[in-house]
Amino acid sequence: MKFTMTAIATLLALGLTSAAQADIKLGASLSASGGAAFLGDPEAKTLEMLVEEVNAAGGINGEKIELILYDDGGDPNKARTFATRLVEDDEVVAIIGGSTTGTTMSILPVAEDEGIPFISLAGAIQIIDPVRPYVFKTPHTDRMACEKIFTDMQKNGITTIGMISGTDGFGASMEAQCKDVAGTYEITIAAQETYAPQDADMTPQLTKIKSTEGVQAILNPGFGQGPAIVTRNYAQLGIDLPLYQSHGVASDGFIELAGADAAEGVRLPGTALLIADIIEDGDPQKEVVAAYKAAYEEKYGEAVSTFGGYAHDAFRLMTDAIARAGSDDPSAIRDALEATDGLVGTTGIYSFSADDHLGLDLSAFRMLEIRDGKWTSID
Amino acid sequence: MTGKSKWIQLAVLAIIMLVLPFFFPSGYYYRVGALIFVNALSVVGLVILIGYAGQISLGHAGFAGIGAYSCALAPVHLGLHPALAVLLGAGISGVLALLIGRPILRLKGYYLAVATLGFGILVSMILSNERGLTGGPDGISVPGLGLRPLLRDMGLRLSGGEFWYIVNAVVLLVSIWIALNLYQSATGRAMRALHGSETAAKTVGIDVARFKLQAFVLSAVYASVAGSLLALQNGFITPDVAGFMHSVEMVTMAVLGGVGSVLGATFGAAILTLLPQILTVFADYEQLVLGFVMILVMIFLPLGLLPSIAARVRWRGV
Repeated sequence: MKFTMTAIATLLALGLTSAAQADIKLGASLSASGGAAFLGDPEAKTLEMLVEEVNAAGGINGEKIELILYDDGGDPNKARTFATRLVEDDEVVAIIGGSTTGTTMSILPVAEDEGIPFISLAGAIQIIDPVRPYVFKTPHTDRMACEKIFTDMQKNGITTIGMISGTDGFGASMEAQCKDVAGTYEITIAAQETYAPQDADMTPQLTKIKSTEGVQAILNPGFGQGPAIVTRNYAQLGIDLPLYQSHGVASDGFIELAGADAAEGVRLPGTALLIADIIEDGDPQKEVVAAYKAAYEEKYGEAVSTFGGYAHDAFRLMTDAIARAGSDDPSAIRDALEATDGLVGTTGIYSFSADDHLGLDLSAFRMLEIRDGKWTSID
Repeated sequence: MTGKSKWIQLAVLAIIMLVLPFFFPSGYYYRVGALIFVNALSVVGLVILIGYAGQISLGHAGFAGIGAYSCALAPVHLGLHPALAVLLGAGISGVLALLIGRPILRLKGYYLAVATLGFGILVSMILSNERGLTGGPDGISVPGLGLRPLLRDMGLRLSGGEFWYIVNAVVLLVSIWIALNLYQSATGRAMRALHGSETAAKTVGIDVARFKLQAFVLSAVYASVAGSLLALQNGFITPDVAGFMHSVEMVTMAVLGGVGSVLGATFGAAILTLLPQILTVFADYEQLVLGFVMILVMIFLPLGLLPSIAARVRWRGV
């Protein structure tokens, strides 16, 4: 009997955590701790900050937002449980989240089954391809990053490249996408090397690429510390070819890690957020990125990241849709979300349609180059 | 334990499973219940290995991974029905456990822990690196069982949570029944004897290697089926299921609840599955609380929660 009593008591305790009532309930499951915390932490902070901001300004159509945020620690199984909890128990009207592709794909069936609009913050193309009625996402796909890089290479007359990529999820996925679209841009990948995420020296791979006949540039799809080591080794070897990095390292942390000297001249596709300080007047994104950057840095005392920007955009898209829907009925919000036209975010300018739930094109990416330890736009 | 107590244990558990849903305020609790049952399933397997036979494994998530990915891959590549894929996964896990168990079960204590650890890591590395087949670290979708639409056509409308609550509860009850039967059987007695002292067991003519291997294979099959059920109800799986942390989680559940007792282990699985859900209010301290609870249990209730409490109650003559 003791067991039953304990079980009932525990269940009651579970129920208590979701007692508070609010006007509009917005749910989120993010990876604020664990291996993907560098994604989830700024995302969670951004959402909390923006909810406060909107509520202080009177809410949406006069109704306050209550954010119910869970930390799934990057575990897809937990993400699925939290998604079920958000929908069935907390009865939220919309979900933002899934910091990683794995957690997103676990939340996705719950949102789809229950008809709850869901904006993911993860990169993979499989989230929105095929298009599912209730699922949207804010970050660009890897494929778009490859296309942006190849466009720049084409502009500079580069036709043969060497590629060195990480074997982690991000690196491997982008490597596959780049190989897939290289032909469209008439680019040949003459040399191809890989490294494991925890490797500390990539000199042998780079030497091999360097000595491959005809290579005109090096591309490094990767994430975390790997690309910084590649950049340092590349400088140490004195390789005299343009080095292209991915959007995965588009942060000031990368320049610090690689060293400003080594990173000199490195090019990568990034978002407007990264160059918020030097963005031209009259740029449609200027106001949005400047406001977000200033608010975030003042509140948390740390630099904004592209990832927090994804959450910012998802929140703006969702609140904009709720405002236009004029109700908190999930399917009305979904319809309004799909009708989003020209909403300016930090990542780009979003226009959704029935067959496009990403709503960004290549113009959302800006080709950046590191000069004297600072980002500059070279578009 | 007598034959009668076996049926009492099973009946108590079945009644709890039946009665609990009446207290569920929302569908989400079915999901938590279903998760508890799946975790308990793999933990019951570990009770056979650790509690009965006294062997340790830090790599059982590897078998869960095999079970899970069988359900993801076999229906797509072999055209197998998902239910058969569960059996295929269990078969592969069993055969694999048989092959690797023979050499590594010669090891004892730390060495066995490290060898099984290596196996688990190997499986999760293969799942991460064979992108072409497994989808890599991003994971892969798992086809549905197709039973729920079938029931709906027959006029029985169940939500995903309710359906899996029932399926997992039934599978868990069957697996506990098997484990309890094993405990009383000659094989179970032999396992417990070699747990007590291998030398003594050998002296009385017990084939130590054989019984260790049997426990290892059986627990691998349990973990594999649990992995399959998890994959089927989530509809999506990543290599995390085979990860080291998942192995540790399983062993922790078993030890916390009481590794010598099947019901205790189920209780441990329930607590460790519920805690993160209750602790969401202070998610930042979740790991801290878990660690603290674990230390307290180890110091004050070394047999595990349920057996220690039961012993204390009996001792006071209540």
